[in-house]
Amino acid sequence: MLLQVNTVGFKTIVLREFHRIVRIWAQTIVPPAITAALYFIIFGSLIGRRIGDMGGYTYIQYIAPGLIMMAVITNSYGNVVSSFFGAKFGKHVEELLVSPLPNWLIVAGYICGGVVRGLMVGAVVTIITLIFTRLQVYHFAVLLSAVLLSSVVFALAGMVNAIFAKNFDQISFIPTFVLTPLTYLGGVFYTILLLPQWAQSISHANPILYMVNAFRYGFLGVSDVNVGLAYTIMIGAAVVLYVFCVTLLNRGVGTRE
Amino acid sequence: MKALTFRNLSKTYKNGVQALKGIDLDVEEGDFFALLGPNGAGKTTAIGIVTSLVNKTGGQVAIFGHDLDKELAASKACIGVVPQEVNFNQFETVTTILLNQAGFYGIPRSVARSRLEKYLTTLQLWDKRNAVSRTLSGGMKRRLMIARALMHEPRLVILDEPTAGVDIEVRRSMWTFMREINNAGTTIILTTHYLEEAENLCRHVAIIDRGRIIENDRMASVLRKLQTEVFVFNLHSPLGAVPELPGYRVSMPDDHTLEVEVSKQQSLNEIFSRLSSAGIEVLSMRNKSNRLEELFMRLVNQPTAAVGG
Repeated sequence: MLLQVNTVGFKTIVLREFHRIVRIWAQTIVPPAITAALYFIIFGSLIGRRIGDMGGYTYIQYIAPGLIMMAVITNSYGNVVSSFFGAKFGKHVEELLVSPLPNWLIVAGYICGGVVRGLMVGAVVTIITLIFTRLQVYHFAVLLSAVLLSSVVFALAGMVNAIFAKNFDQISFIPTFVLTPLTYLGGVFYTILLLPQWAQSISHANPILYMVNAFRYGFLGVSDVNVGLAYTIMIGAAVVLYVFCVTLLNRGVGTRE
Repeated sequence: MKALTFRNLSKTYKNGVQALKGIDLDVEEGDFFALLGPNGAGKTTAIGIVTSLVNKTGGQVAIFGHDLDKELAASKACIGVVPQEVNFNQFETVTTILLNQAGFYGIPRSVARSRLEKYLTTLQLWDKRNAVSRTLSGGMKRRLMIARALMHEPRLVILDEPTAGVDIEVRRSMWTFMREINNAGTTIILTTHYLEEAENLCRHVAIIDRGRIIENDRMASVLRKLQTEVFVFNLHSPLGAVPELPGYRVSMPDDHTLEVEVSKQQSLNEIFSRLSSAGIEVLSMRNKSNRLEELFMRLVNQPTAAVGG
Protein backbone atom coordinates (compact mmCIF):
# COMPACT_ATOMS: atom_id res chain seq x y z
CA MET A 1 0.00 0.00 0.00
CA LEU A 2 2.74 2.43 1.04
CA LEU A 3 4.77 1.39 -2.00
CA GLN A 4 1.80 2.06 -4.28
CA VAL A 5 1.19 5.50 -2.75
CA ASN A 6 4.87 6.40 -3.15
CA THR A 7 5.16 5.00 -6.68
CA VAL A 8 2.01 6.72 -7.97
CA GLY A 9 2.96 9.91 -6.10
CA PHE A 10 6.47 9.99 -7.55
CA LYS A 11 5.17 9.39 -11.09
CA THR A 12 2.60 12.16 -10.60
CA ILE A 13 5.24 14.71 -9.55
CA VAL A 14 7.55 13.81 -12.45
CA LEU A 15 4.73 13.84 -15.00
CA ARG A 16 3.51 17.18 -13.68
CA GLU A 17 7.02 18.60 -14.11
CA PHE A 18 7.28 17.12 -17.61
CA HIS A 19 3.93 18.63 -18.64
CA ARG A 20 5.04 21.98 -17.23
CA ILE A 21 8.25 21.87 -19.30
CA VAL A 22 6.29 21.03 -22.45
CA ARG A 23 3.49 23.54 -21.70
CA ILE A 24 5.96 26.44 -21.50
CA TRP A 25 8.32 25.13 -24.20
CA ALA A 26 8.95 28.66 -25.46
CA GLN A 27 10.55 29.45 -22.08
CA THR A 28 12.19 26.09 -21.40
CA ILE A 29 13.44 24.62 -24.67
CA VAL A 30 13.75 27.42 -27.24
CA PRO A 31 15.98 29.99 -25.43
CA PRO A 32 18.84 27.56 -24.66
CA ALA A 33 18.71 26.31 -28.26
CA ILE A 34 19.05 29.86 -29.61
CA THR A 35 21.82 30.69 -27.13
CA ALA A 36 23.75 27.55 -28.11
CA ALA A 37 23.37 28.31 -31.82
CA LEU A 38 24.74 31.85 -31.24
CA TYR A 39 27.72 30.49 -29.28
CA PHE A 40 28.53 28.09 -32.09
CA ILE A 41 28.21 30.79 -34.75
CA ILE A 42 30.27 33.41 -32.89
CA PHE A 43 32.77 31.46 -30.80
CA GLY A 44 32.87 28.31 -32.88
CA SER A 45 32.70 29.37 -36.52
CA LEU A 46 33.76 33.04 -36.56
CA ILE A 47 36.27 33.51 -33.70
CA GLY A 48 37.12 29.81 -33.29
CA ARG A 49 38.78 29.56 -36.71
CA ARG A 50 41.32 32.21 -35.71
CA ILE A 51 42.00 30.55 -32.32
CA GLY A 52 43.13 27.30 -33.89
CA ASP A 53 43.37 23.93 -32.10
CA MET A 54 42.85 23.39 -28.38
CA GLY A 55 43.69 20.16 -26.57
CA GLY A 56 44.36 18.55 -29.93
CA TYR A 57 40.91 19.38 -31.36
CA THR A 58 39.45 22.23 -33.37
CA TYR A 59 38.15 24.99 -31.09
CA ILE A 60 34.52 24.31 -31.98
CA GLN A 61 34.93 20.61 -31.15
CA TYR A 62 36.66 21.50 -27.89
CA ILE A 63 33.93 23.85 -26.64
CA ALA A 64 30.98 21.70 -27.82
CA PRO A 65 30.86 19.40 -24.72
CA GLY A 66 31.19 22.43 -22.44
CA LEU A 67 28.34 24.25 -24.16
CA ILE A 68 26.09 21.18 -23.91
CA MET A 69 26.98 20.79 -20.25
CA MET A 70 26.38 24.49 -19.61
CA ALA A 71 22.86 24.17 -21.03
CA VAL A 72 22.19 21.05 -18.95
CA ILE A 73 23.41 22.66 -15.73
CA THR A 74 21.53 25.95 -16.11
CA ASN A 75 18.29 24.24 -17.16
CA SER A 76 18.35 21.58 -14.45
CA TYR A 77 18.91 24.33 -11.89
CA GLY A 78 16.40 26.69 -13.48
CA ASN A 79 13.63 24.11 -13.70
CA VAL A 80 13.65 23.18 -10.05
CA VAL A 81 14.20 26.68 -8.71
CA SER A 82 11.37 28.18 -10.77
CA SER A 83 8.97 25.27 -10.37
CA PHE A 84 9.37 24.81 -6.61
CA PHE A 85 9.50 28.52 -5.82
CA GLY A 86 6.49 29.05 -8.14
CA ALA A 87 4.65 26.36 -6.17
CA LYS A 88 5.56 28.13 -2.91
CA PHE A 89 4.56 31.52 -4.29
CA GLY A 90 1.25 30.22 -5.69
CA LYS A 91 0.75 28.14 -2.51
CA HIS A 92 0.07 24.97 -4.51
CA VAL A 93 3.12 23.41 -2.86
CA GLU A 94 0.59 22.84 -0.04
CA GLU A 95 -1.03 20.15 -2.22
CA LEU A 96 2.15 18.12 -1.75
CA LEU A 97 2.91 19.13 1.82
CA VAL A 98 -0.50 18.02 3.15
CA SER A 99 -0.34 14.75 1.18
CA PRO A 100 1.06 11.55 2.72
CA LEU A 101 4.10 11.62 0.40
CA PRO A 102 7.37 11.70 2.38
CA ASN A 103 9.70 14.64 1.88
CA TRP A 104 12.50 12.45 0.46
CA LEU A 105 10.12 11.46 -2.34
CA ILE A 106 8.98 15.04 -3.01
CA VAL A 107 12.63 16.10 -3.38
CA ALA A 108 13.33 13.11 -5.64
CA GLY A 109 10.32 13.98 -7.82
CA TYR A 110 11.38 17.58 -8.31
CA ILE A 111 14.99 16.56 -8.97
CA CYS A 112 13.83 14.06 -11.57
CA GLY A 113 11.83 16.85 -13.23
CA GLY A 114 14.96 19.03 -13.30
CA VAL A 115 17.01 16.20 -14.81
CA VAL A 116 14.34 15.60 -17.46
CA ARG A 117 14.51 19.25 -18.53
CA GLY A 118 18.32 19.27 -18.39
CA LEU A 119 18.51 16.20 -20.61
CA MET A 120 15.84 17.46 -23.01
CA VAL A 121 17.71 20.75 -23.47
CA GLY A 122 21.03 18.88 -23.64
CA ALA A 123 19.64 16.73 -26.47
CA VAL A 124 18.43 19.81 -28.38
CA VAL A 125 21.81 21.56 -27.97
CA THR A 126 23.58 18.36 -29.09
CA ILE A 127 21.49 18.33 -32.28
CA ILE A 128 22.41 21.99 -32.88
CA THR A 129 26.06 21.12 -32.27
CA LEU A 130 25.88 18.50 -35.02
CA ILE A 131 24.87 21.23 -37.48
CA PHE A 132 28.19 22.98 -36.85
CA THR A 133 30.65 20.16 -36.23
CA ARG A 134 31.14 16.41 -35.92
CA LEU A 135 30.99 14.90 -32.45
CA GLN A 136 32.88 11.79 -31.51
CA VAL A 137 32.15 9.70 -28.44
CA TYR A 138 35.23 8.48 -26.61
CA HIS A 139 33.54 6.84 -23.62
CA PHE A 140 29.74 6.71 -23.68
CA ALA A 141 29.28 5.53 -20.05
CA VAL A 142 31.42 8.43 -18.76
CA LEU A 143 29.55 10.88 -20.96
CA LEU A 144 26.14 9.68 -19.80
CA SER A 145 26.96 9.36 -16.10
CA ALA A 146 28.73 12.75 -16.03
CA VAL A 147 25.76 14.55 -17.56
CA LEU A 148 23.30 12.75 -15.27
CA LEU A 149 25.26 13.45 -12.10
CA SER A 150 25.85 17.10 -13.02
CA SER A 151 22.17 17.50 -13.73
CA VAL A 152 21.22 15.96 -10.38
CA VAL A 153 23.70 18.15 -8.48
CA PHE A 154 22.41 21.38 -10.02
CA ALA A 155 18.78 20.37 -9.76
CA LEU A 156 19.41 19.86 -6.03
CA ALA A 157 21.21 23.20 -5.82
CA GLY A 158 18.15 24.80 -7.46
CA MET A 159 15.94 23.13 -4.84
CA VAL A 160 18.02 24.59 -2.01
CA ASN A 161 17.75 28.04 -3.60
CA ALA A 162 13.96 27.65 -4.01
CA ILE A 163 13.47 26.47 -0.42
CA PHE A 164 15.26 29.50 1.03
CA ALA A 165 13.97 32.08 -1.50
CA LYS A 166 11.36 34.53 -0.26
CA ASN A 167 10.91 36.50 -3.49
CA PHE A 168 11.69 36.35 -7.20
CA ASP A 169 14.88 38.40 -6.80
CA GLN A 170 16.32 35.65 -4.64
CA ILE A 171 15.77 32.98 -7.28
CA SER A 172 17.57 35.03 -9.95
CA PHE A 173 20.43 36.16 -7.68
CA ILE A 174 22.26 32.82 -7.52
CA PRO A 175 22.00 31.99 -11.26
CA THR A 176 23.16 35.49 -12.22
CA PHE A 177 25.90 36.15 -9.69
CA VAL A 178 27.12 32.65 -8.85
CA LEU A 179 26.13 30.05 -11.43
CA THR A 180 26.92 32.02 -14.60
CA PRO A 181 30.41 33.18 -13.51
CA LEU A 182 31.28 29.68 -12.26
CA THR A 183 30.11 28.18 -15.57
CA TYR A 184 32.09 30.64 -17.71
CA LEU A 185 35.18 30.14 -15.54
CA GLY A 186 34.68 26.37 -15.41
CA GLY A 187 36.62 25.51 -18.53
CA VAL A 188 33.73 25.63 -20.99
CA PHE A 189 35.59 27.88 -23.45
CA TYR A 190 39.22 27.07 -22.65
CA THR A 191 41.60 24.60 -21.10
CA ILE A 192 42.79 25.83 -17.73
CA LEU A 193 46.31 24.84 -18.78
CA LEU A 194 46.34 28.19 -20.61
CA LEU A 195 45.99 30.01 -17.27
CA PRO A 196 48.84 31.06 -14.94
CA GLN A 197 49.46 28.68 -12.05
CA TRP A 198 47.59 30.78 -9.45
CA ALA A 199 44.51 30.96 -11.69
CA GLN A 200 44.67 27.20 -12.26
CA SER A 201 44.71 26.67 -8.50
CA ILE A 202 41.64 28.88 -8.06
CA SER A 203 39.88 27.09 -10.92
CA HIS A 204 40.27 23.78 -9.11
CA ALA A 205 37.91 25.11 -6.41
CA ASN A 206 35.16 25.45 -9.04
CA PRO A 207 32.95 22.31 -9.08
CA ILE A 208 31.75 23.03 -12.60
CA LEU A 209 35.34 22.55 -13.88
CA TYR A 210 35.12 18.88 -12.85
CA MET A 211 31.73 18.36 -14.44
CA VAL A 212 32.65 19.98 -17.74
CA ASN A 213 35.93 18.08 -17.94
CA ALA A 214 34.39 14.70 -17.06
CA PHE A 215 31.79 15.29 -19.77
CA ARG A 216 34.47 16.44 -22.26
CA TYR A 217 36.45 13.31 -21.43
CA GLY A 218 33.41 11.22 -22.43
CA PHE A 219 33.34 12.95 -25.82
CA LEU A 220 36.99 13.65 -26.62
CA GLY A 221 39.06 11.63 -24.18
CA VAL A 222 40.81 14.76 -22.84
CA SER A 223 40.41 16.39 -19.43
CA ASP A 224 42.13 19.08 -17.37
CA VAL A 225 41.28 17.22 -14.15
CA ASN A 226 41.43 13.68 -12.81
CA VAL A 227 38.17 12.03 -13.93
CA GLY A 228 38.03 9.87 -10.82
CA LEU A 229 38.23 12.99 -8.65
CA ALA A 230 35.48 14.55 -10.76
CA TYR A 231 33.18 11.60 -9.99
CA THR A 232 33.99 11.78 -6.30
CA ILE A 233 33.06 15.46 -6.23
CA MET A 234 29.85 14.96 -8.22
CA ILE A 235 28.62 11.98 -6.19
CA GLY A 236 29.62 13.63 -2.91
CA ALA A 237 27.85 16.88 -3.83
CA ALA A 238 24.70 14.98 -4.90
CA VAL A 239 24.51 13.03 -1.63
CA VAL A 240 25.21 16.06 0.59
CA LEU A 241 22.72 18.30 -1.25
CA TYR A 242 20.00 15.62 -1.27
CA VAL A 243 20.29 15.04 2.47
CA PHE A 244 20.35 18.82 3.00
CA CYS A 245 17.17 19.34 0.93
CA VAL A 246 15.26 16.58 2.74
CA THR A 247 16.38 17.93 6.12
CA LEU A 248 15.21 21.42 5.18
CA LEU A 249 11.77 20.12 4.15
CA ASN A 250 11.51 17.95 7.27
CA ARG A 251 12.19 21.00 9.41
CA GLY A 252 9.75 23.05 7.37
CA VAL A 253 12.33 25.66 6.38
CA GLY A 254 10.71 27.97 3.83
CA THR A 255 7.58 25.84 3.61
CA ARG A 256 5.96 25.70 7.04
CA GLU A 257 5.38 28.25 9.79
CA MET B 1 -13.93 6.78 17.73
CA LYS B 2 -12.46 10.22 17.84
CA ALA B 3 -11.85 11.71 14.41
CA LEU B 4 -9.63 14.44 15.86
CA THR B 5 -8.09 15.00 19.27
CA PHE B 6 -6.10 17.97 20.56
CA ARG B 7 -4.37 17.70 23.91
CA ASN B 8 -2.77 20.80 25.38
CA LEU B 9 -2.08 22.06 21.86
CA SER B 10 -0.06 25.24 21.74
CA LYS B 11 1.59 27.38 19.14
CA THR B 12 3.81 30.40 19.61
CA TYR B 13 5.07 32.11 16.47
CA LYS B 14 8.60 33.43 16.10
CA ASN B 15 7.34 36.99 16.66
CA GLY B 16 6.13 35.91 20.11
CA VAL B 17 2.42 35.75 19.26
CA GLN B 18 0.73 32.92 21.19
CA ALA B 19 -1.84 31.72 18.67
CA LEU B 20 -2.92 28.66 20.70
CA LYS B 21 -2.63 28.49 24.48
CA GLY B 22 -2.86 24.78 25.27
CA ILE B 23 -6.25 23.79 23.89
CA ASP B 24 -8.06 20.45 24.30
CA LEU B 25 -10.63 19.35 21.75
CA ASP B 26 -12.37 16.14 20.65
CA VAL B 27 -14.30 15.68 17.43
CA GLU B 28 -16.28 12.47 17.15
CA GLU B 29 -16.26 10.38 13.99
CA GLY B 30 -19.19 11.29 11.73
CA ASP B 31 -19.77 14.65 13.40
CA PHE B 32 -20.44 17.93 11.62
CA PHE B 33 -18.37 20.23 13.82
CA ALA B 34 -18.18 24.02 13.75
CA LEU B 35 -14.93 25.68 14.81
CA LEU B 36 -15.76 29.34 15.22
CA GLY B 37 -13.93 32.42 16.34
CA PRO B 38 -13.13 35.99 15.36
CA ASN B 39 -10.27 36.79 12.98
CA GLY B 40 -6.92 35.96 14.56
CA ALA B 41 -8.51 33.72 17.21
CA GLY B 42 -6.35 30.70 16.30
CA LYS B 43 -8.70 28.67 14.05
CA THR B 44 -6.45 28.68 10.99
CA THR B 45 -3.39 27.94 13.12
CA ALA B 46 -5.18 24.90 14.57
CA ILE B 47 -6.13 23.72 11.09
CA GLY B 48 -2.59 24.41 9.87
CA ILE B 49 -1.20 22.15 12.59
CA VAL B 50 -3.65 19.35 11.72
CA THR B 51 -2.69 19.56 8.05
CA SER B 52 1.01 19.82 9.02
CA LEU B 53 1.48 23.18 7.35
CA VAL B 54 2.23 24.75 10.72
CA ASN B 55 4.66 23.32 13.28
CA LYS B 56 3.11 23.11 16.75
CA THR B 57 5.02 24.35 19.77
CA GLY B 58 3.60 21.79 22.19
CA GLY B 59 0.85 19.24 22.83
CA GLN B 60 -0.50 16.26 20.91
CA VAL B 61 -2.70 15.85 17.86
CA ALA B 62 -4.30 12.54 16.85
CA ILE B 63 -6.34 11.90 13.71
CA PHE B 64 -8.46 8.74 13.90
CA GLY B 65 -6.06 7.50 16.54
CA HIS B 66 -2.93 8.22 14.48
CA ASP B 67 -0.49 10.39 16.39
CA LEU B 68 0.58 13.24 14.11
CA ASP B 69 4.16 13.06 15.39
CA LYS B 70 4.57 9.29 15.07
CA GLU B 71 2.31 8.31 12.15
CA LEU B 72 2.46 11.34 9.90
CA ALA B 73 1.64 9.64 6.58
CA ALA B 74 -1.30 7.67 8.04
CA SER B 75 -2.63 10.86 9.67
CA LYS B 76 -2.34 12.86 6.47
CA ALA B 77 -4.07 10.17 4.41
CA CYS B 78 -7.22 10.60 6.56
CA ILE B 79 -7.58 14.33 5.89
CA GLY B 80 -8.96 16.39 3.03
CA VAL B 81 -8.64 20.14 3.39
CA VAL B 82 -10.34 23.08 1.69
CA PRO B 83 -8.25 26.11 2.64
CA GLN B 84 -9.39 29.70 2.95
CA GLU B 85 -7.25 30.91 0.06
CA VAL B 86 -7.05 29.47 -3.43
CA ASN B 87 -4.00 27.20 -3.47
CA PHE B 88 -4.10 25.28 -6.72
CA ASN B 89 -1.90 25.89 -9.74
CA GLN B 90 -3.82 28.53 -11.68
CA PHE B 91 -2.12 27.55 -14.94
CA GLU B 92 -3.40 23.98 -14.84
CA THR B 93 -6.76 22.71 -16.01
CA VAL B 94 -9.44 21.52 -13.62
CA THR B 95 -8.89 17.90 -14.69
CA THR B 96 -5.11 18.10 -14.24
CA ILE B 97 -5.46 19.56 -10.74
CA LEU B 98 -7.78 16.77 -9.64
CA LEU B 99 -5.79 13.94 -11.25
CA ASN B 100 -2.57 15.24 -9.69
CA GLN B 101 -4.24 15.46 -6.30
CA ALA B 102 -5.37 11.84 -6.57
CA GLY B 103 -1.84 10.89 -7.61
CA PHE B 104 -0.34 12.51 -4.51
CA TYR B 105 -2.47 10.10 -2.45
CA GLY B 106 -1.46 7.06 -4.52
CA ILE B 107 -4.79 6.67 -6.32
CA PRO B 108 -4.43 5.06 -9.76
CA ARG B 109 -5.52 7.12 -12.77
CA SER B 110 -8.47 4.86 -13.68
CA VAL B 111 -10.00 5.26 -10.20
CA ALA B 112 -9.16 8.97 -10.16
CA ARG B 113 -10.97 9.56 -13.47
CA SER B 114 -14.22 8.04 -12.24
CA ARG B 115 -14.06 10.05 -8.98
CA LEU B 116 -13.27 13.19 -10.95
CA GLU B 117 -16.44 12.74 -13.04
CA LYS B 118 -18.52 12.03 -9.92
CA TYR B 119 -17.39 15.07 -7.94
CA LEU B 120 -17.26 17.52 -10.86
CA THR B 121 -20.79 16.51 -11.84
CA THR B 122 -22.11 16.80 -8.28
CA LEU B 123 -20.44 20.17 -7.80
CA GLN B 124 -21.67 21.41 -11.21
CA LEU B 125 -18.19 21.80 -12.69
CA TRP B 126 -18.23 18.98 -15.25
CA ASP B 127 -18.54 21.35 -18.23
CA LYS B 128 -15.47 23.23 -16.89
CA ARG B 129 -13.29 20.14 -16.68
CA ASN B 130 -10.95 21.29 -19.47
CA ALA B 131 -10.91 24.96 -18.42
CA VAL B 132 -7.68 26.50 -17.12
CA SER B 133 -8.38 27.04 -13.42
CA ARG B 134 -7.58 30.76 -13.36
CA THR B 135 -10.52 31.39 -15.73
CA LEU B 136 -13.04 30.05 -13.19
CA SER B 137 -15.24 32.35 -11.12
CA GLY B 138 -14.67 32.67 -7.37
CA GLY B 139 -17.50 30.25 -6.55
CA MET B 140 -16.21 27.72 -9.07
CA LYS B 141 -12.72 27.90 -7.58
CA ARG B 142 -14.16 27.14 -4.14
CA ARG B 143 -16.08 24.16 -5.52
CA LEU B 144 -12.96 22.96 -7.31
CA MET B 145 -11.09 22.99 -4.00
CA ILE B 146 -13.90 20.94 -2.43
CA ALA B 147 -13.73 18.41 -5.28
CA ARG B 148 -9.95 18.29 -4.87
CA ALA B 149 -10.24 17.64 -1.12
CA LEU B 150 -12.54 14.69 -1.81
CA MET B 151 -10.49 12.97 -4.53
CA HIS B 152 -8.88 10.56 -2.05
CA GLU B 153 -12.20 10.14 -0.19
CA PRO B 154 -10.86 11.21 3.20
CA ARG B 155 -12.53 10.28 6.50
CA LEU B 156 -12.14 13.84 7.81
CA VAL B 157 -12.79 16.92 5.69
CA ILE B 158 -11.74 20.32 6.99
CA LEU B 159 -13.55 23.22 5.36
CA ASP B 160 -11.95 26.56 6.17
CA GLU B 161 -14.55 29.14 5.18
CA PRO B 162 -15.69 27.22 2.09
CA THR B 163 -18.55 29.54 1.18
CA ALA B 164 -16.73 32.87 1.61
CA GLY B 165 -17.55 35.13 -1.29
CA VAL B 166 -19.99 32.82 -3.07
CA ASP B 167 -23.55 33.79 -3.95
CA ILE B 168 -26.59 32.55 -2.03
CA GLU B 169 -27.62 29.98 -4.64
CA VAL B 170 -24.18 28.36 -4.76
CA ARG B 171 -23.89 28.52 -0.97
CA ARG B 172 -27.18 26.65 -0.55
CA SER B 173 -26.15 23.98 -3.04
CA MET B 174 -22.82 23.63 -1.20
CA TRP B 175 -24.69 23.19 2.09
CA THR B 176 -26.73 20.39 0.53
CA PHE B 177 -23.57 18.75 -0.74
CA MET B 178 -21.80 19.05 2.62
CA ARG B 179 -24.80 17.45 4.35
CA GLU B 180 -24.72 14.60 1.82
CA ILE B 181 -21.06 13.76 2.38
CA ASN B 182 -21.56 14.02 6.15
CA ASN B 183 -24.59 11.72 5.96
CA ALA B 184 -22.40 9.28 4.01
CA GLY B 185 -20.14 9.06 7.09
CA THR B 186 -17.47 11.70 6.48
CA THR B 187 -16.56 13.78 9.52
CA ILE B 188 -16.61 17.49 8.73
CA ILE B 189 -14.98 20.37 10.57
CA LEU B 190 -16.25 23.70 9.36
CA THR B 191 -14.93 27.16 10.06
CA THR B 192 -17.06 30.00 8.84
CA HIS B 193 -17.93 33.61 9.51
CA TYR B 194 -21.52 32.91 8.41
CA LEU B 195 -22.89 31.78 11.75
CA GLU B 196 -26.25 30.97 10.18
CA GLU B 197 -24.32 28.36 8.17
CA ALA B 198 -22.83 26.79 11.29
CA GLU B 199 -26.19 26.85 13.09
CA ASN B 200 -27.90 25.12 10.17
CA LEU B 201 -25.28 22.50 9.43
CA CYS B 202 -23.34 21.61 12.56
CA ARG B 203 -24.22 19.37 15.51
CA HIS B 204 -21.32 20.46 17.71
CA VAL B 205 -19.61 23.79 18.06
CA ALA B 206 -16.39 25.05 19.60
CA ILE B 207 -15.70 28.77 19.86
CA ILE B 208 -12.08 29.79 20.04
CA ASP B 209 -10.92 33.24 21.04
CA ARG B 210 -7.44 34.59 21.67
CA GLY B 211 -5.95 31.10 21.54
CA ARG B 212 -8.36 29.50 24.04
CA ILE B 213 -11.56 27.52 23.62
CA ILE B 214 -14.30 29.50 25.32
CA GLU B 215 -17.25 27.27 24.39
CA ASN B 216 -17.44 23.63 23.34
CA ASP B 217 -20.74 21.76 23.35
CA ARG B 218 -23.62 20.44 21.29
CA MET B 219 -25.11 23.16 19.10
CA ALA B 220 -28.54 22.80 20.76
CA SER B 221 -27.02 23.11 24.25
CA VAL B 222 -25.01 26.15 23.25
CA LEU B 223 -28.06 27.87 21.80
CA ARG B 224 -30.07 27.17 24.96
CA LYS B 225 -27.57 29.28 26.87
CA LEU B 226 -28.84 32.32 25.04
CA GLN B 227 -31.18 33.97 27.56
CA THR B 228 -32.60 36.78 25.44
CA GLU B 229 -33.38 37.51 21.81
CA VAL B 230 -34.00 40.82 20.05
CA PHE B 231 -37.10 41.02 17.85
CA VAL B 232 -37.59 43.68 15.20
CA PHE B 233 -41.15 44.95 14.61
CA ASN B 234 -41.96 46.78 11.36
CA LEU B 235 -44.77 49.27 12.00
CA HIS B 236 -47.63 50.42 9.80
CA SER B 237 -47.48 54.08 10.89
CA PRO B 238 -44.58 56.25 12.06
CA LEU B 239 -44.10 56.80 15.80
CA GLY B 240 -43.11 60.10 17.39
CA ALA B 241 -41.50 58.57 20.52
CA VAL B 242 -40.42 55.21 21.94
CA PRO B 243 -43.58 53.59 23.39
CA GLU B 244 -43.75 52.47 27.03
CA LEU B 245 -43.38 48.64 27.37
CA PRO B 246 -42.72 47.98 31.09
CA GLY B 247 -40.34 45.05 31.64
CA TYR B 248 -38.88 45.17 28.12
CA ARG B 249 -35.83 46.96 26.73
CA VAL B 250 -37.09 48.88 23.71
CA SER B 251 -35.26 50.96 21.11
CA MET B 252 -36.41 52.72 17.93
CA PRO B 253 -33.80 52.75 15.12
CA ASP B 254 -36.23 54.73 12.91
CA ASP B 255 -39.84 55.89 13.17
CA HIS B 256 -41.22 52.74 11.47
CA THR B 257 -39.14 50.18 13.45
CA LEU B 258 -39.08 48.96 17.05
CA GLU B 259 -36.45 46.64 18.53
CA VAL B 260 -37.52 44.75 21.66
CA GLU B 261 -35.27 42.51 23.77
CA VAL B 262 -37.24 39.53 25.07
CA SER B 263 -36.04 37.09 27.70
CA LYS B 264 -36.90 33.37 27.64
CA GLN B 265 -39.46 33.84 30.42
CA GLN B 266 -41.33 36.61 28.63
CA SER B 267 -44.23 36.10 26.22
CA LEU B 268 -44.52 37.66 22.79
CA ASN B 269 -48.33 37.78 23.23
CA GLU B 270 -47.88 40.34 25.98
CA ILE B 271 -45.89 42.60 23.68
CA PHE B 272 -48.52 42.36 20.96
CA SER B 273 -51.35 43.12 23.36
CA ARG B 274 -49.52 46.16 24.74
CA LEU B 275 -48.70 47.44 21.26
CA SER B 276 -52.35 46.94 20.19
CA SER B 277 -53.70 48.78 23.20
CA ALA B 278 -51.31 51.66 22.41
CA GLY B 279 -52.78 51.73 18.88
CA ILE B 280 -49.55 50.54 17.25
CA GLU B 281 -50.11 48.26 14.24
CA VAL B 282 -47.36 45.71 13.47
CA LEU B 283 -46.88 44.71 9.81
CA SER B 284 -44.15 42.10 10.30
CA MET B 285 -41.67 40.74 12.86
CA ARG B 286 -38.25 39.04 12.64
CA ASN B 287 -35.21 38.11 14.75
CA LYS B 288 -32.59 40.85 14.70
CA SER B 289 -29.82 38.28 14.13
CA ASN B 290 -29.52 34.53 14.30
CA ARG B 291 -29.20 33.03 17.75
CA LEU B 292 -25.65 31.69 17.34
CA GLU B 293 -24.44 35.07 16.17
CA GLU B 294 -25.96 36.66 19.25
CA LEU B 295 -24.24 34.18 21.57
CA PHE B 296 -20.96 34.39 19.66
CA MET B 297 -20.82 38.16 20.03
CA ARG B 298 -21.48 37.93 23.75
CA LEU B 299 -18.84 35.26 24.34
CA VAL B 300 -16.01 36.82 22.37
CA ASN B 301 -16.66 40.21 23.94
CA GLN B 302 -16.25 38.86 27.48
CA PRO B 303 -12.62 39.15 28.58
CA THR B 304 -13.01 36.48 31.26
CA ALA B 305 -15.26 34.10 29.37
CA ALA B 306 -12.80 31.21 29.08
CA VAL B 307 -14.48 27.92 29.99
CA GLY B 308 -12.06 25.45 28.48
CA GLY B 309 -8.70 24.84 26.88
